[in-house]
Amino acid sequence: MEISTIKQEINMSDELMARINELLSHYPADKKKSALLPVLHAVQDAHDHWLSVELMDKVAEILEIQPIEVYEVVTFYTMYAQKPRGKYPLEFCRTSCCMLRGAEDMMDYTCQKLGVKENEVTADGMFSVHGVECLGACGYAPMLQLGDFNHEHLTKEKIDQLIEDCRAGKINLV
Amino acid sequence: MARKILLEKTGIEGIRSYEVYRKNGGYASVEKALKMTPDEIVEEVKKSGMRGRGGAGFPMGMKWSFIDKKSGKPRHLVCNADESEPGTFKDRYLMEHIPHLLIEGMIASSYALEANLSYIYIRGEYMWVFKILEKAIKEAYAAGWLGKNIQGSGFDLDLYVHCGAGAYICGEETALIESLEGKRGNPRMKPPFPAVSGLWAEPTVVNNVESISNVPWIILNSGDEYAKIGIGRSTGTKLISASGHCKNPGVYEIELGLSVDEFMNSDEYLGGMMDSRPLKALIPGGSSVPILPEHLIFKTANGEDRLMTYESLSDGGFATGSMLGSGGFIVYNDTACIVRNTWNFSRFYHHESCGQCSPCREGTGWMEKVLHRIETGHGTEADIELLWSIQSKIEGNTICPLGDAAAWPVAAAIRHFREEFEYHIRFPEKIKNRDHFVNEPMSRVRHLIQGQMV
Repeated sequence: MEISTIKQEINMSDELMARINELLSHYPADKKKSALLPVLHAVQDAHDHWLSVELMDKVAEILEIQPIEVYEVVTFYTMYAQKPRGKYPLEFCRTSCCMLRGAEDMMDYTCQKLGVKENEVTADGMFSVHGVECLGACGYAPMLQLGDFNHEHLTKEKIDQLIEDCRAGKINLV
Repeated sequence: MARKILLEKTGIEGIRSYEVYRKNGGYASVEKALKMTPDEIVEEVKKSGMRGRGGAGFPMGMKWSFIDKKSGKPRHLVCNADESEPGTFKDRYLMEHIPHLLIEGMIASSYALEANLSYIYIRGEYMWVFKILEKAIKEAYAAGWLGKNIQGSGFDLDLYVHCGAGAYICGEETALIESLEGKRGNPRMKPPFPAVSGLWAEPTVVNNVESISNVPWIILNSGDEYAKIGIGRSTGTKLISASGHCKNPGVYEIELGLSVDEFMNSDEYLGGMMDSRPLKALIPGGSSVPILPEHLIFKTANGEDRLMTYESLSDGGFATGSMLGSGGFIVYNDTACIVRNTWNFSRFYHHESCGQCSPCREGTGWMEKVLHRIETGHGTEADIELLWSIQSKIEGNTICPLGDAAAWPVAAAIRHFREEFEYHIRFPEKIKNRDHFVNEPMSRVRHLIQGQMV
């Protein structure tokens, strides 16, 4: 497990707790652990899209499970980040169908444009570029995912526009 | 135009909302189902002959009949919406465009299975679809189709949508159940099968989105009517996700039995090849199934027309056939490099292996390394035999089918495209650029390999 030394401010707001309680109501009272994956998504979304050890411990406390049960899940699934990423993480699908339609060129272009390598964050903390596996948009390739949403049929022009829109604060992640 | 069961209403404006869906005949199957006995519904689904649409193709009615109703334990229906097979994006299309169809199917199917607490497990990357489903479920509760004593029938059902977090393996039904229990997605040993001991050790049926979405039509029109569509043991319609180098990628509903030629070349479907470049290969059922070379796509090895059916696509076994699988139809033209593509798939399976079984955990990574060195011009002749040996030792030696899924594409690529591997090994200076076949496709360099044959 990667341990980040960066301190994360934990804020279990009323809104977040209400969402967690709603998620918990979807499972029998003695099966709280079942809510772990959706709860981690909600908690991560409310905390700059990453999960520190302290935050994972907090989740364990809420679900009344051992911290290790949260760590082993967080390290297994790719959508949970254990260190901060860019405010706008650009996740390019690079599996076959997207590769056939030029995903590698799109990713190279974006890395060059932003001056970063894969998995690096730009100096201003705004962007990071990631290569991920099939996101189920094979017929609309090449594509990237940003937060909850897909940006499909990518071209260099569309990437330029997207980056500009992010900088202008016009893009919602959830 | 071919008959549509699933996508018939997707063109109606506003069909995503409850009101419009209901006005267009939505939830009628639940009204009818609640007047039937659960066993009568199971019987109709059996008669339909519908085979599971997730990839394995196991008859759905048969799967339903295995659920343990005698022990008196609570039962569950879990919808597998973890769609992650590369090349497959049909379930997403269905849930995005007509979410209430799946919910209607979940209610009718839960009633048939006498399940009172059911879940839709959707992959975490489909978060916007998760939210569409959450909203649709709320609407269904408000309209009295979910909750206690549904429409005065005495049947109770709670239905929730649960999200994963990025793991292909959770499409395997026992890994999905583990994940739904809040654990890592490690597949379980079978037996016991989920029908006896599934979610929280209670009897559980796991079905694909497309399978469940067919149930309303079967209830309304009967299993016999459904079985009239299609050919032989391939009954009904199938959603096909088309991608790659075809002219019109997208999701299509076809009647099983359509010829591959018509699907590929008619304007109603894929409209032929993108930029009119020559067809080189096809994967008809998602990344896990064997790739077919051009000469085996439209005709089987016996010279019969290849049809979009479970039987015809697998005609000839793995020697000359493939599988319908999940319906992930990936088209390759002559610019595609089969070695690079196979390496790409191996990287995928290595990344997605849960790590429980050593043949898969170690073998997928080993294959990825060997394929990468061949693709980058550092391979040796012995590497081809090495790859063959590794894949043969993964296949059949793992708890779940991910091992097979990783092995088959490698075996098929070597079986049908061995000369491409040899070309990479013998002419490393020719393949330095990753787009090496764009300007110089295999057809133009084949003589180099042939010239070397003794």
